[in-house]
Amino acid sequence: MKLIVDHLRYEYNKGTQLSVAALDDVNLVLKAGEFIGLIGHTGSGKSTLVQHLNALLTPDSGTVYFDGEDIFEKGYDKKSLRGKVGLVFQYPEHQLFEENVFKEVCFGPHNLGLDRRTVELRAYEALKQVGMEDEYFYQSPFDLSGGQKRRVAIASVLAMKPEILILDEPTAGLDPKGRTELLDRIKTLQKEAGITVLLVSHSMEDVAEYVDRIIVMDHGKVQYDDTPREVFSHYQELEQMGLSAPQVTYILSDLNEKGLVLDQTATTINEAKDTILKCFGMR
Amino acid sequence: MLREITLGQYYQTNSVVHRMDARTKLIATFAYIISLFIRTNIYVYLIAAFFLSVAIIACRVPFKHIVKGMKAIMVLLLVTVILNMFWTRGEVIFQIWKISITWEGLRIALFMVFRLSFLILGSNIMTLTTTPSNLTDGLESIMRPLKAIRVPVHEIAMMMSIALRFIPILMEETDKIMKAQLARGADFENGNLIKKAKSLVPILVPLFISAFRRANDLAMAMEARCYRGGDGRTKMKPLHYEGRDYLTFLILIIYLAAVICLGYYVPKFW
Repeated sequence: MKLIVDHLRYEYNKGTQLSVAALDDVNLVLKAGEFIGLIGHTGSGKSTLVQHLNALLTPDSGTVYFDGEDIFEKGYDKKSLRGKVGLVFQYPEHQLFEENVFKEVCFGPHNLGLDRRTVELRAYEALKQVGMEDEYFYQSPFDLSGGQKRRVAIASVLAMKPEILILDEPTAGLDPKGRTELLDRIKTLQKEAGITVLLVSHSMEDVAEYVDRIIVMDHGKVQYDDTPREVFSHYQELEQMGLSAPQVTYILSDLNEKGLVLDQTATTINEAKDTILKCFGMR
Repeated sequence: MLREITLGQYYQTNSVVHRMDARTKLIATFAYIISLFIRTNIYVYLIAAFFLSVAIIACRVPFKHIVKGMKAIMVLLLVTVILNMFWTRGEVIFQIWKISITWEGLRIALFMVFRLSFLILGSNIMTLTTTPSNLTDGLESIMRPLKAIRVPVHEIAMMMSIALRFIPILMEETDKIMKAQLARGADFENGNLIKKAKSLVPILVPLFISAFRRANDLAMAMEARCYRGGDGRTKMKPLHYEGRDYLTFLILIIYLAAVICLGYYVPKFW
């Protein structure tokens, strides 16, 4: 799996006085097996960008290549592309419609034209991957709790066996426990099933814990594309974009200002703990 | 995908027509529509066209935008033209086999086109220049006398404004749900009619659920702010007539007088 975004440009309300460039010359390469975080302020173009990756939106100029093929070329099979580039929208629980959980998850693979056995097998597998117990399979999805609904919705995309899974704000509105649980599961998927994951978020803590690469967007442009360590070292610039670095970055920088000489590159709480202990000669 | 529907949407400019009281515009539009349906001849349509073009110029909304609303009635227009043209008895001017076009049919068809398109353009100008909330305020104010015969005027107006408010929200929601189902491999374009109808289920079910959820939230929010119907309610921006409104009424009266005179007293030769 290799996804190349090439000079992508997209405008909303084109040709009227309200026109806004949502994407302005975006270039990216997403490789197999990566866990990538896409962050940006509201309106920075991140949701617009991900909708181009599975051809839901058509760019004004530029294009996207999936495994070397131009996905906006005439005659390109968009349906099968959407099976390979799985996109989970924000608040995915709002798209549920079937009478029971199992049928809901069958919807995706069924649309890909697979035979019934394969569809059901994949649905079962996907529900297991998101941690749904068998007892819920024949319940109405509308009777589930918010967190469970979301897991069903994610399973319905996973059942298509995507090569890359894109999640738009998957943790919005979840409690802290539900959040870590969900992100842990996604991390496991990425590691064990080898799925590439693109996590769209504006929670720096979420992103810093899990991803190996961060793409920062602002005003439709890619501002940074690097490791979390490198990106968060620009925390002052991030603030100017209405973003922030993880809390530990601020603590370490404050400690440094107060005269404690320490390495400031930690991005997660555990790393920061080690840094501080090392500074006091306890490690 | 669904952003192209413009019928009845507010278009912001700072023109005289925009600043006019909503009641003036409602009454003027209503009177204009009636004027198109009383005795008409070519002179009446000429004056009506003149009146309409003054309004179009004064409201400063791009003409292209106003005409967009016409697309919706194109089919209706075509059907009326064809029906009137071929099925009106009179002096035959053109005949092939059993199909004949009469002088009278041609005349009625032409007038029908004028009538319908003026009607649509006129009401388009009203909705393009008036915000939905102003429109319902105006309606409520005009219908207030009906309260005497127990018509729930305020409630009707409130329902209308909520319905109008929700149109863009539900359109956006539909767009979102459609995209989400497309991302799950749904197909809305291919297949026969039954298959296409079936493919709407994944859109309609979530859409209805979301509409009910929103209605519930809105009811709660209104309740939390102590909404209890129209009695004793005041407005933040009360409607009041100004010089331009009186001037509009004067022009309207002159226009109506002219239409009636021309319609009844000028001999019909066309």
